[in-house]
Amino acid sequence: MATEILMPALSPTMEEGTLAKWLVKEGDTVQSGDILAEIETDKATMEFEAVDEGVIGKILVTEGTEGVAVNTAIAILAEDGEDVSAIEATPVVAPDEAAPAATAPAAAPAQAAPAPPTPDLTPDWPQGTPMKTQTVREALRDAMAEEMRGDEDVYLMGEEVAEYQGAYKISQGLLDEFGSKRVIDTPITEHGFAGIAVGAAFGGLKPIVEFMTFNFAMQAIDQIINSAAKTLYMSGGQMGAPMVFRGPNGAAARVGAQHSQDYAAWYAQIPGLKVAMPYSASDAKGLLKSAIRDPNPVIFLENEIMYGRSFEVPDMDDFTIPFGKARIWREGSDVTIVSFGIGMHYALEAADKLAEDGISAEVIDLRTLRPIDYDTVIASVMKTNRCVTVEEGWPVGSIGNHLSATIMERAFDYLDAPVINCTGKDVPMPYAANLEKLALTTTDEVVAAVKQVTYR
Amino acid sequence: MAAKRAAKKPNVSGEELTQYYRDMLLIRRFEEKAGQLYGMGLIGGFCHLYIGQEAVVVGLEAATEDGDKRITSYRDHGHMLACGMDANGVMAELTGREGGYSKGKGGSMHMFSKEKHFYGGHGIVGAQVPLGAGLAFADKYKDNSRVTFTYFGDGAANQGQVYETFNMAALWDLPVIFVIENNQYAMGTAQARSTSSQDIYKRGEAFGIPGEMVDGMDVLAVKDASERAVKHCRSGKGPYILEVKTYRYRGHSMSDPAKYRTREEVQKMREERDPIENVRQLLLTGKHATEDDLKAIDKEIKAIVNASADFAKESPLPDEAELWTDIYA
Repeated sequence: MATEILMPALSPTMEEGTLAKWLVKEGDTVQSGDILAEIETDKATMEFEAVDEGVIGKILVTEGTEGVAVNTAIAILAEDGEDVSAIEATPVVAPDEAAPAATAPAAAPAQAAPAPPTPDLTPDWPQGTPMKTQTVREALRDAMAEEMRGDEDVYLMGEEVAEYQGAYKISQGLLDEFGSKRVIDTPITEHGFAGIAVGAAFGGLKPIVEFMTFNFAMQAIDQIINSAAKTLYMSGGQMGAPMVFRGPNGAAARVGAQHSQDYAAWYAQIPGLKVAMPYSASDAKGLLKSAIRDPNPVIFLENEIMYGRSFEVPDMDDFTIPFGKARIWREGSDVTIVSFGIGMHYALEAADKLAEDGISAEVIDLRTLRPIDYDTVIASVMKTNRCVTVEEGWPVGSIGNHLSATIMERAFDYLDAPVINCTGKDVPMPYAANLEKLALTTTDEVVAAVKQVTYR
Repeated sequence: MAAKRAAKKPNVSGEELTQYYRDMLLIRRFEEKAGQLYGMGLIGGFCHLYIGQEAVVVGLEAATEDGDKRITSYRDHGHMLACGMDANGVMAELTGREGGYSKGKGGSMHMFSKEKHFYGGHGIVGAQVPLGAGLAFADKYKDNSRVTFTYFGDGAANQGQVYETFNMAALWDLPVIFVIENNQYAMGTAQARSTSSQDIYKRGEAFGIPGEMVDGMDVLAVKDASERAVKHCRSGKGPYILEVKTYRYRGHSMSDPAKYRTREEVQKMREERDPIENVRQLLLTGKHATEDDLKAIDKEIKAIVNASADFAKESPLPDEAELWTDIYA
């Protein structure tokens, strides 16, 4: 039976092309792979090969013809011995116009200001739970140890995590308890070991990858984003990467530009990742335990300066904090201060100072940046009508920017002042002590921002 | 350190030979059909065909056991068919339809089958190499004597992460076979223009990883080498490198005008070294099959491929709700 040879699409963007030259003529016998014609695409001149064998019956589009649409019949291929003279070309039908683009969602009609959402205000642990004082460092170690006791598939790998006991001593004691099979010193090779850990997660393990600091994770960011975050989607849900990437993030002290960067906004942008950035020891513990159990890749952003700080941690079995649930550290009525991670230090300190001036600040710790607990923020802003965000990261495309946009969309009519984002300055981190201090956000800046939005 | 060895013909039955013929022919006809559907606009984006390289994956798969894993780059259709994934599901993924292995959300370069232990389908050159070592890491951790075939090309062999992986794979004795499919062109760059030392199989020497060069146009030589590599890995001796010299007949992707090599070079390879024609001759001269037997196989393969094309055209587009699924487990 005769078949039509159609004008091929020879590039991802080609819609039409020039049939530059025929390399066969009517009556020629062709084999699969023979060059039939040269076609000029939007990119280059390409050779067009035969797919089926047969005899060129009729050439329907002469060489030199420009603007031949993809899928136009350009020749008829007959089977060997078939009478080609009887073949009539079927009329060329232009392909249907592309279906109109899906209609954009209609803009929401103007309406009365929305009612405040009802955030989840259940306490993180039952009332009356005995508490103990722990550093963030100890809380992180306990979280890993408890999860490793409970699940053989959980293991820790990274630079200096085993024999050295952790560059920042977070993994202290883990090698002794779990052995070198599960607490693994890697060479200094972030791209490589991050990729190996993602592969191990594909293979059924639950790796915890410690980056000595997140600055070095930039070497590995392709594996984190392209391999860990996207595979569940690309595989139609068949396989993903249940794992945690953790380590100190943000500025430490006097280590200069390459070792002082906050990646919160970077990772928070990526669908497929979850992102936690705890402030307190109890959140560090509860969130890290949740992160290890989570079937998705989790970025867990710690802070070197916070490692040695002590907090009250509930003394209970199996204590976890869910992702996507903010914590209100301090209730207030005049302004909402939203922060996360070490930014909470400035937020809480500012709230104390503001109280002396008679300004009542509500302070919210987001705790996780993907997912973000928008409801708690929105409900608070609807109550206080003013908002200041605090983070150490750079201002452009910051978490504060994103919160401002969300507040504008969901609580515009409730705002009595523009939202102000207190962020790190838009400069690489300087080394000099005075300049470094200027480059970070400060408690005084938060106080000033609150006074600005409260018109004091 | 294994040196380059002359491929000695292993003992192989007529049945096995026939199976290799069938498996290679399926890949070739499938890829030709994929090229055709691309030309018709039914397949979009990037589409990298495996035509010419069929003996590599078929020979390597001949030495696998149930539970062994494989992972490769974006030139992945052949690997999927060779490990037993369904032609319909692969073709429907190429057309971006609901019936595809990734429900139409992955495309040509991003396909997976947990059931067949096929771990992708990766679009970033070289990224699959540490991932493959990680799969082997998981198997070693579980002490299950599985091996992982980690495929990459001569182009990827210049990525830094490959050597980071060689180091750790050797350090930790991971059961991973690094299969370098050297088709001699990294997209449009001939190997001699990109690679300081042409013998890529020797690049494991610095890490103590044995390597050998294999004639990738000869499925029996590939099978033979694959058996050696598998034996090495399964016995706990750590990684192994196979540099398999092969040749792709088509362009790097569908939109490659292939001006970096001559038509004659391609033609010569097709005429003198074609892996499928080689096995065909072995089958005929060894009297394992008649012309008629082979015609029957050709017909059978054509039917499978045509059915996959029909399935891939008829399978519906994914439901719009699929946009929002599979982001989080």
